[in-house]
Amino acid sequence: MMVVLWTDALLWLVFALGLGYGLYAARRPHLRAPWRRVVRSRTALAAAVVLAAYAVVGLLDSIHLRAGPRDQGPYAGEVVSLLDRLLTPLRVHQEKTYAAPFALHLYARETVQGPDGRPLRTWPRLRWAPEGVDEAHKAGHILRLALKGVLWGLMAWLAFWGLLAAALARVRRATFGGTARRLVRGGDPVPWPTLLGTAALVLVVAGVLAAWAPHYHVLGTDKVGEDVLYQALKSVRTGIVIGTLTTLVMLPAAILLGIAAGYFRGWVDDVIQYVYTTLSSIPGVLLIAAAVLMLQIYMSNHPGEFDSLVRRADLRLLFLCLILGITSWTTLCRLLRGETLKLRDQDYVQAAHAFGVAHFTIIARHILPNVLHIVLITLVLDFSGLVLAEAVLSYVNIGVDPTMNSWGNMINGARLELAREPMVWWSLAAAFLFMFGLVLAANLLSDVVQAAFDPRTRGARR
Amino acid sequence: MTAPALVVRDLSVSVGGSRVVDGVDLEVAAGETFALLGESGCGKSMTALALMRLLPPGGRVRSGSVRLDGEELLDLPEYAMRGVRGGRLGMIFQEPQTSLNPVLRVGDQIAEAARLHDPAADPRRRAVELLAAVGIPDPERRVREFPHQLSGGMKQRVMIAMALAGRPRLLIADEPTTALDVTIQAQVLDLLADLRRETGMAMMLITHDLGVVAESAGRLAIMYAGQILESAPVGAFFAAPAHPYGRMLLAALPTGERRGGHLAAIEGRVPSPDEALQGCRFAPRCPQAEARCHRQPPDWHPVGPGHRVRCHLWAQGGHGAHVDVPVAKGPGAEEGAAAPLLETQGLQVHFPIRKGLLKRVVGRVRAVDGIDLHLDAGRTLALVGESGCGKTTCGKALLQLIRPTGGRVLYRGRDLAALSGRALRPFRRELQIVFQDPFAAMNPRMLVGDIVAEGLVAQGLAKDRAERRARVAELLERVGIAPEAAARYPHEFSGGQRQRICIARALAVEPRLIVCDEPTSALDVSVQAQILNLLHDLQTGLGLAYLFITHDISVVAYLAHEVAVMYLGRIVERGRVEAVLAAPLHPYTRALLSAVPEPDPASRRQRIHLEGDMPSPADPPGGCHFHPRCPEADARCAREYPPLRTLSSGRVVACHHVPDG
Repeated sequence: MMVVLWTDALLWLVFALGLGYGLYAARRPHLRAPWRRVVRSRTALAAAVVLAAYAVVGLLDSIHLRAGPRDQGPYAGEVVSLLDRLLTPLRVHQEKTYAAPFALHLYARETVQGPDGRPLRTWPRLRWAPEGVDEAHKAGHILRLALKGVLWGLMAWLAFWGLLAAALARVRRATFGGTARRLVRGGDPVPWPTLLGTAALVLVVAGVLAAWAPHYHVLGTDKVGEDVLYQALKSVRTGIVIGTLTTLVMLPAAILLGIAAGYFRGWVDDVIQYVYTTLSSIPGVLLIAAAVLMLQIYMSNHPGEFDSLVRRADLRLLFLCLILGITSWTTLCRLLRGETLKLRDQDYVQAAHAFGVAHFTIIARHILPNVLHIVLITLVLDFSGLVLAEAVLSYVNIGVDPTMNSWGNMINGARLELAREPMVWWSLAAAFLFMFGLVLAANLLSDVVQAAFDPRTRGARR
Repeated sequence: MTAPALVVRDLSVSVGGSRVVDGVDLEVAAGETFALLGESGCGKSMTALALMRLLPPGGRVRSGSVRLDGEELLDLPEYAMRGVRGGRLGMIFQEPQTSLNPVLRVGDQIAEAARLHDPAADPRRRAVELLAAVGIPDPERRVREFPHQLSGGMKQRVMIAMALAGRPRLLIADEPTTALDVTIQAQVLDLLADLRRETGMAMMLITHDLGVVAESAGRLAIMYAGQILESAPVGAFFAAPAHPYGRMLLAALPTGERRGGHLAAIEGRVPSPDEALQGCRFAPRCPQAEARCHRQPPDWHPVGPGHRVRCHLWAQGGHGAHVDVPVAKGPGAEEGAAAPLLETQGLQVHFPIRKGLLKRVVGRVRAVDGIDLHLDAGRTLALVGESGCGKTTCGKALLQLIRPTGGRVLYRGRDLAALSGRALRPFRRELQIVFQDPFAAMNPRMLVGDIVAEGLVAQGLAKDRAERRARVAELLERVGIAPEAAARYPHEFSGGQRQRICIARALAVEPRLIVCDEPTSALDVSVQAQILNLLHDLQTGLGLAYLFITHDISVVAYLAHEVAVMYLGRIVERGRVEAVLAAPLHPYTRALLSAVPEPDPASRRQRIHLEGDMPSPADPPGGCHFHPRCPEADARCAREYPPLRTLSSGRVVACHHVPDG
């Protein structure tokens, strides 16, 4: 049975909006031209492939199902996502406590009963360690699995290549073989080899991880024995939700108020400027902390309104997006106001006035399409900042619900373990690695997008 | 002829693969002014930059030689070239506003140039000397000022002073007066001529203005699509231009004699440099082109002493020459008293100046300060004045795009200024506007069809999509654009085509009056003629009335029936165009008319020199606004503003010194 959470619906809405924008832009040459410049940049294409991989994980994690009573195991009746289903081995392979990456034994020594009945202080074997593999055979086993994973990845890549070539051949009315060769050799303005190369890398890594995951804890386990790779993958959705929904939340307010202030000027401008100047002079963290604490109190006073832990955590996540949006719309609003001030004195706006065109129509036809590039640039630039903000907020405990997987929570949970002897480093490393990949890809893409859309940098050749 | 200071042979420049300058030969003698004449995009600025070796990124000299006093510049290493630039080879640019560093005192900027090229002299003293040499009063004080404290004309003088700091042998002036008003332009041109006489330097004047060439140059070369088509002494050229292009350029100029008729517009436009052209560059637009013109590039043919042309028509050593430029005499606009369409009474637009924390109003910019105008149906009233005199504001106030702060705007008896936004909407149909810059006047994100249909939709004139489309096609056809253009975007069109589309947009709602705000000043001469012809045809065909806002007197003489001269927010003289242009009464009108360069070197008139610049409308001088610059001013002028008086001839003038009658 499907369960639709608030953030699920909104995330898919963002996805649909993105698709809609793509179709809209494809039919308009002034929008298609800058996107063409983006697609022809190798950096952007590689970054886009990486981002797409993250997006697939995030979207799979945004289809929630209630496990039926027929389902076995400890999760019967719980709300799990499609990703959870795919990662079932990872999800259910719970250990007792910390285990290092690829370990066969727990990280902590325990007293167990030895074979001769005497208590023995040793590192017990993991519950889910592969059977019949001991320390001596481990390396060989891992290597064999890796080879199998590479093979899977390559097969997936071949399928991807074939599909891409078939689609392109259809569009271009060319032969399949010729198109496929061109994709690998290059020669088109779009750097297809870069795309295919990055895709190969991503798919092979995914294949290898998929081959290892049922047998080993690739990134170890955390304090309560949960697989860290699973946590990191689950955190992808949290990051994406924060990065996109926050922008979505703030967008209507920023666009409406920014354009209204610049277009109408006078007292409208004064009021809007006053509001955002006031808002941006309150420390954002303070506002967020206050709002989140209020929500926490509300939720603990009204436990009946939330039928599951997942819903509760989800609402808190949505609320965090809202409050982050409220504190961050002022920058875009200010930019839009300035641009609108410039545009409203343009001759074509004056000409529209001379025809007696209504204000709203002028805004919709003449102002809005001409400021959209600013919105787009802000959107992609903000994304990575918001992902990082989530990590910081969760670290100071005013971020997402502690039961929700997020990189911030992972870092928060791991920070004390850095002081342990021997050190537990893998939680932090995993969170860092995944977050770094997402933010780096987003930043690289946003650089290219900005260069392509910003009229000031458009003329400069790269 | 003295030894040439500059000799250019077979210079070719390419920028990003396209040949913008192609085989240019030039010679400039010491002490002479040589004019390089051409429309925008023909490669004249690129030629100048190539001489300075300051080509933009991607640009390079492909071949040729540039010799300054016998020294080959193209072979010099860059460090040596730095000494030549700003030294023996000076350059001044079009935009004085952007060529000066706003955070440095002008004295320091001049001193910097002086120090580099004249290390012996004291740079400070030299800066003062140079400022004095370019005619800036009180140079001791001015060296300590910042660029924003100087007016446009002053800044251009400072630029000239900087170029003079290196005692140049050759001064390249790239459109030095295009950004300036005519009265200031006259000052700067005079200054350049004086400096050339005093120092004996050679001057290369790059311009698109035939009048400027006729008044200030000795020899000229016409450039077209990267090539020189004709080179001649100025007198010989204006007497009998040899190349069809030169002839058509002269015929395309609007003048009083051509009024009522068509101007000889050159069809099409300058080819872009990346088009591969066989044969003569001008052949596609030339009415006399023969088959070989399209095939074979023409050679140089001599015409007279120092006069040669690159045209096949002169191949037989002959005439080639005589071509009648088609001038169709259209029916002259009929005279006669029509009903008054638009009247303004004491129209005022004041902008408050706010200062301080509470934004209190501390003063007013009197952009338009009590203007009475009167325009009949089917007639053209020209509003003439220099930049900043409030003419554009006045035009927008008529359309209620800027709400007047006082006075009345009567359109067929109804006061538009008193109507609210909603009540005004039906009147929007009747009054339309065409803007100066056709590039900014259309939303780049909209299809041409939607742009033209905007008024139809807003006024509810077309019921359905099909009717709207048919109407747009009809409008485009009317202004000479193919109806297929409706499905394209504005950036695909040239400036002249865009201006036509803007006119089609204004026509869509069937207005009775169009405010034309300098509609041709952003266009080249040949394209300007196309637009003026179109406006003229529309007026005769549709009975439109125009309020034509311009600073270009020749356009006024060609198109307008009546003229009103504005100075600092007020009308100083008004009357029928023939009368005002033939015998201006107000000293300002007289000075303005005398400053306009005539494209006819034979008719050099006595110029009336105006000192200084127009004062700020925020702080107009007491008494007559014009008295600080007026050669005839006396004590009374400084005391009281002269009332507008209607003379018995029907002229209206505001001056104490004009006698009645």
